[in-house]
Amino acid sequence: MKRFLWPLAAFIALVVFLGVGLRLNPREVPSPLIGKPVPAFQLTQLLDADKTISDRDMAGQVWLLNVWASWCVSCRQEHPILVEFAKANVVPIIGLNYKDGRQDGADWLAKFGNPYRVSAFDSAGRVGIDFGVYGVPETFVIDKHGVIRYKQIGPITPEVITDKLLPLIKELNRA
Amino acid sequence: MIPEIGNFAIMLALCLALVQSILPIAGSFRGNQRWMALARPAAYGQFIFITFAFVCLVYAFVSNDFSVAYVASNSNSTLPVYYRVSGTWGGHEGSLLLWTQMLVLWTLAVALFSRQLPQETVARVLGVMGLISVGFLCFMLFTSDPFDRLLPAAADGNDLNPLLQDFGMIVHPPLLYMGYVGFSVAFAFAIAALMGGQLDAAWARRSRPWTLVAWMFLTLGIFLGSFWAYYELGWGGWWFWDAVENASFMPWLVGTALIHSLAVTEKRGSFKNWTVLLAIMAFSLSLLGTFLVRSGVLTSVHAFATDPRRGLFILVFLTIVIGGSLLLFAWRAPKVGLGGRFSLFSRESLLLANNVLLVVAAGTVFLGTLYPLFLDALDLGKISVGPPYFEAVFVPLMIPALLLMAIGPFVRWKESKWQDVWRNLRWVGAATLLLALAAVVTLTASPMLVFGLAVAAWILLATGWQLLQRLRHAPAGTSLLLRISSLPRSYWGMLIAHAGIGVFVVGVTLVKGMETANDVRMQIGDTTSAGGYVFRFTDLKDIQGPNYTATQAVFEVTRDGKTIAIMKPEKRLFTVQNMPMTEAAIDRGFTRDLYLALGEPVNKTTWIVRVQHKPFVCWIWAGCLIIAFGGLMAALDRRYRVSRRKRQEEGSAIPSDPLPNTATARG
Repeated sequence: MKRFLWPLAAFIALVVFLGVGLRLNPREVPSPLIGKPVPAFQLTQLLDADKTISDRDMAGQVWLLNVWASWCVSCRQEHPILVEFAKANVVPIIGLNYKDGRQDGADWLAKFGNPYRVSAFDSAGRVGIDFGVYGVPETFVIDKHGVIRYKQIGPITPEVITDKLLPLIKELNRA
Repeated sequence: MIPEIGNFAIMLALCLALVQSILPIAGSFRGNQRWMALARPAAYGQFIFITFAFVCLVYAFVSNDFSVAYVASNSNSTLPVYYRVSGTWGGHEGSLLLWTQMLVLWTLAVALFSRQLPQETVARVLGVMGLISVGFLCFMLFTSDPFDRLLPAAADGNDLNPLLQDFGMIVHPPLLYMGYVGFSVAFAFAIAALMGGQLDAAWARRSRPWTLVAWMFLTLGIFLGSFWAYYELGWGGWWFWDAVENASFMPWLVGTALIHSLAVTEKRGSFKNWTVLLAIMAFSLSLLGTFLVRSGVLTSVHAFATDPRRGLFILVFLTIVIGGSLLLFAWRAPKVGLGGRFSLFSRESLLLANNVLLVVAAGTVFLGTLYPLFLDALDLGKISVGPPYFEAVFVPLMIPALLLMAIGPFVRWKESKWQDVWRNLRWVGAATLLLALAAVVTLTASPMLVFGLAVAAWILLATGWQLLQRLRHAPAGTSLLLRISSLPRSYWGMLIAHAGIGVFVVGVTLVKGMETANDVRMQIGDTTSAGGYVFRFTDLKDIQGPNYTATQAVFEVTRDGKTIAIMKPEKRLFTVQNMPMTEAAIDRGFTRDLYLALGEPVNKTTWIVRVQHKPFVCWIWAGCLIIAFGGLMAALDRRYRVSRRKRQEEGSAIPSDPLPNTATARG
């Protein structure tokens, strides 16, 4: 009888794995950029094509980089939360307007509110590639030394702000 | 009102499923005729109620009843009516109802076509199918009720996922589920046989036609899924080794092993335990596939809404069904005797080798599919396993199986002389080598390509040669027509399916080895070329569909100055979900497909265009269809019906029917 129990034993092992697997989120992918310096960029500003914004402009402070686009549906979902968060003035938020039209982006901000100190205009998506963006929206937390400390894939929710972003920003500001 | 009636019908069906599963099985052990006799009427009733519920859901879709949550999230008033009907199975809840619909359909078929079976067997088979139905109906009622109301009702629906708004998606899920669920019949027969302790040739012969039909549907279902992915996803690929595709492919591989193993059990009485285990595995993998798709433990392009509670439910269900049947197997299998002996070189051993290869191949697919989950569960990091793994592991396992496949039919049962087989096949081997040599000289092709073509030629030539030999084996003077019609259909089925594999291998080899794909930046007036064809971008216009807006590009395709086709790829924007879709244009041909897809616009007049030349891609589809047709032929073999008529004349209810001589006499 013993050798006929092998299929059952293998199946039980599988069930254990599947049970553990149920509690994990396969979409939660750690970014290889975490702990690495922020990719250098210099882009024109979305609302003023004559001015530029670069990662060096933000050196010495903790900041957020939020990747967004006017064509992105989830960004619209995230946007009011971001606008509310910006009002609290905890941390400067820089936008990265990704693969978008300048007019489209500006109209969108005019319509839904502008939480960003500045939005960088990345119509070709080159800077987005350096940041490893694969879905919009994405949000990066960058510390005083220009090191990426956290990456949020998908929309920011109030829980993410209270559980992840605020404690991390507080800690980074203390350092 | 109608949705509530539908919901109520599901509840009634659940009650009947409980009756169908508990009483007949209990009756079969206590010898209670009345309890056993309940199996059939319960199955009929279940079928009626589930079908009624299904019709109610279709009605809710067609009549745009957005007060039903499932309809509101999967349909829209602008959606054309045929997509509203197919939207019924476009989401999680509806697919479950479709699954159950298929299950009761199979149950009905078993109840109707099992007149010749002993009553105990019928009671147990229908009982096991009832148990499966109980699980799925509970799952539907407790976690995913398709008739849940949304109050207040939505003004309009959220629209069907644009990817699913396509003819292929209307047909693909029903066929695939027919296959998946069809294995439940083979499973139920195996469990019934284990319960009764009677694993004999009669059991194998009874479950064979069911298994073949299920396997045929699964083949068609997988084919349609692949065919759909090819033209709808806009990448021009036809198999992505995606978790959900693998989930359907694993039961197919094991099912293929099962139909071969059943042949041995029926004709020689060997491999009984092995066959039973394969029947359990084939259905278990179908259930596991459901779990993987529905629970969200794996990422996939097939994004269904996921809910951990549902995952837990299916996991518990899986544990009960598969764990229970494997326990039953461990308990009963040791008592099953070995079948007829066979020597090292015999058809039995070749079929055993084929089975082992197929099961190992299914195992590698399984490992690759679940490996990310295993690592993640052990906290060893996140990885994803892609086509390079599958191709590197799967192909080498399949090559010996393909080579053996051609030899198998030439080898005798029980004991064969390799000299005889060699004498039979040496010219086929020589012809294959000659063709391969010709390919090396004429085509500037890679060794892999020549090898793939040689494998295909070997299969096709050997299969044809086998047929010729069989046709010659008749008394002189027999007409060709009589010779052809005297061969049993199962034999034809085998030849056709094997030839289909050959055709499939040709397609895969040539597409893999010779396809070209270029991303070109083009504006109106520009030309580009691929595979000897010239593509000229002639026009760009905006068009308006029923529930989308689109940009349509027009290309004129010429070869040697002659116009071959006008191709119109589109980029659609589905307005409700604001979702862009690439609608590729394909010019199909016997020896090549031309495939155009619009990428991203660079500016108002310039687009990135993906131009692909795919040689022999339709041979892949033809191969699949031929394989499925072979399965159908084999299932239609006369002996499954002859034996029924004979038994009816004898007055039915024979506890264990002896092997008819006709079956053993046939190779």
